[in-house]
Amino acid sequence: MQRSMPLNGDDSAAYAMRQIDPDVVAAYPITPQTELMQNFAQFHADGDVRTELITVESEHSAMSACVGASAAGGRVMTATSSQGLALMWEILYIAASYRLPIAMNVINRALSGPINIHCDHSDSMGSRDTGWLQIYGENPQEAYDNTIQAVRIAEHMDLRLPVMCMQDGFITSHAVERVDMLEDEVVQEFVGEFEPQYPLLDLENPVTYGPLDLYDYFFEHKMQQIDAMSRAEKVVREIGKEYEKISGRSYQMLETFGMEDAETAVIVLSSTAGTTRSTVKDLREQGKKVGMVKIRCFRPFPTDELIDVLKGVKVVGTLDRSDGLGAYGAPLFNETRNTLYDEDEKPDVVDYVFGLGGRDIGKREITDVYSQLEKIASTGEVERRISYLGVRE
Amino acid sequence: MPSLKQLSEREERLSSGHRLCAGCGASVAVRQILISTELPIIACASTGCLEVATTIYPFTAWKIPFIHNAFENAAATISGVESMYRALKKRGRIPDRKIKFVAFGGDGGTYDIGLQSLSGALERGHDFTYVCYDNQAYMNTGIQRSSATPIGANTTTSPCGDEIPGKRGQRKNLTQIVAAHDVPYAAQSTPSHYMDLIRKAQKAIETDGPTFLNVLSPCPRGWRSDATSFADLGKTAVETCVWPLYEIEDGDYVLNGTTKRIADGKKDKLPVEEWLKLQGRFKHLFKDPSGKAVIEEAQSKIDRDWDRLKTLASI
Amino acid sequence: MSEKPGWKHIPPAGLILEAGNAEDYKTGDWRTERPVIDREKCTNCLICWINCPDLSIIVENGEFKEFDLDHCKGCGICATVCPRKAIHMESER
Repeated sequence: MQRSMPLNGDDSAAYAMRQIDPDVVAAYPITPQTELMQNFAQFHADGDVRTELITVESEHSAMSACVGASAAGGRVMTATSSQGLALMWEILYIAASYRLPIAMNVINRALSGPINIHCDHSDSMGSRDTGWLQIYGENPQEAYDNTIQAVRIAEHMDLRLPVMCMQDGFITSHAVERVDMLEDEVVQEFVGEFEPQYPLLDLENPVTYGPLDLYDYFFEHKMQQIDAMSRAEKVVREIGKEYEKISGRSYQMLETFGMEDAETAVIVLSSTAGTTRSTVKDLREQGKKVGMVKIRCFRPFPTDELIDVLKGVKVVGTLDRSDGLGAYGAPLFNETRNTLYDEDEKPDVVDYVFGLGGRDIGKREITDVYSQLEKIASTGEVERRISYLGVRE
Repeated sequence: MPSLKQLSEREERLSSGHRLCAGCGASVAVRQILISTELPIIACASTGCLEVATTIYPFTAWKIPFIHNAFENAAATISGVESMYRALKKRGRIPDRKIKFVAFGGDGGTYDIGLQSLSGALERGHDFTYVCYDNQAYMNTGIQRSSATPIGANTTTSPCGDEIPGKRGQRKNLTQIVAAHDVPYAAQSTPSHYMDLIRKAQKAIETDGPTFLNVLSPCPRGWRSDATSFADLGKTAVETCVWPLYEIEDGDYVLNGTTKRIADGKKDKLPVEEWLKLQGRFKHLFKDPSGKAVIEEAQSKIDRDWDRLKTLASI
Repeated sequence: MSEKPGWKHIPPAGLILEAGNAEDYKTGDWRTERPVIDREKCTNCLICWINCPDLSIIVENGEFKEFDLDHCKGCGICATVCPRKAIHMESER
């Protein structure tokens, strides 16, 4: 029996962590992750979890301690945002290359400067090549569900790679919605016991982590990581299916809405998918053939499935909450165009960069996007490949 | 205190075949530290000479579990390992036996880039020992200055040139910084004084809570000295009070060995020139008249620190 | 000279699973001088042993047995610390 509670994303992720009861958590405060860790610290102080909580002196040390703890041989979790994620940057690569199954919540917040505490995806997009899996959650329910699945995905014996779960800062983390929570025992059974691989604490089989590779071995070690990443999609799907059985909620690589006969579509991540879905409902009532694709798992990117769901679509608009700064278009635009490149028949793709630093986006703006896509579909002309929504000139 | 014969019966935790330089003081120090206790140890090292030379893939000289993470985070990394040990012991997922955690860092990775991570780990009170093998510069990357480099030293980023006579400014006193964290045990030693180092290492490792060893490690390459000067350098560093041997146990200062004898007036304190002249990295100070002023500055700092230390040790 | 193994044949994550296998790497060819002991003078104090950076002094039953010439780098520390001057360095040539 699932219990319904009114929770925001920071709360729901913290509740999930409480039910998982990881062995070690090492974290440092940063807006808008703060409430998440404060909640967890309270659980810890009340004895609700037996976690060893290390309140470190920086995010760099947070991820460093997570690496040490995970290599020692137990279940490790943490959470951060923005500058904190940026500060851990070098260690993110190390965590992934040491194949440590760390699960981390990233509450999306813009990277400085100037300093901004509100939502955009520059932080998680900035770490998309670190070798971590990246999963975006639209609302507090998904934040809860993703956190639980992340542990199983990361620890899967075919994978053993760290996973970061994103949720939009303030928009999701601080906005209360209904969250249906599984029972403690159900979560415990789902995550199961941690199976250590090459733990430092196994004194009988001493291992060395982190040697110096010269040019004769580094490439081979990277190939192993690349090979593991190639299995990541299968694992995300497998765990998603298993989670559906216990929760009734379906999770795969992406989600579609109104795509069955869509002529134009918007591809979007995270909370803006909610706004987009509502816009699609309205436009559909007016008889417009529009649809939405919500990307859940950004790394690995769902290339095959995306090609499939976009069949027959004439024009696609990607909604990017970060910019490429020197690239031709922003990350989601780039991934989408690249995915479609080899197809004989493919939609036209245009990019809309929006919401930087928490700039709001509403149904009016998205309706406008769909009008533009419709115009491109009918005229065959793209006035502007890359647009910036809602910015004052 | 076990005898050398008893120590020789213990299993070494480091193997031969590592690629530290011939005559490297750090490797002597690490060997002595690891053999000082019979308790099982899990080690971490920051990027630097020790880590790089002992783990060139596919070889490892570590016979115990070992992790290298990055440059500035040996203390943070070992905090994680130690916390996982406590977590799993609590849950009964690992056998209930004592394991000790030792983090090694060079002066670069400790005085400079690793200072924050060290401070955090000390403040949080993890049960671990941090060993700084202080060779007074970033040796692994080619002898660049660190905040542990003494005044006047010729390093590649503080070279002696036509206008500037080597490193400007005095070195940091890290042992005092650590002492300010109120740790149960902190000490200074050097491997040429092996009985001193082994005794202190055993104490540091076997004491519960965060403990610290600052170990002066002669580097023939970076100091431009002979490998065979190893014992001489250690002895002179102590006799000039460049590197006093002392320990701080629960806040109480104790001077050791030769250092104590000098403080008690039973032995003369040698002038800093005796230490400087053993090393090529200071030879420019003796050639140029401007070097004299630098030597005087070096001497006055040593004297000030020495007076302060004597006061702290109530002498 | 055997070819190096490919990525499918080495442990994951850059891990080295054979503790202390550096012993297989012979550093003995680094040296230009080798230590020679006068066993008459040696009192088995083991001071050379505790000061050797390369674990190249083999001790058995508390007594000096031999130098490990596979690994000795010829640094000469043993010769300088020996209180009896029982060790001297000889050119490898």
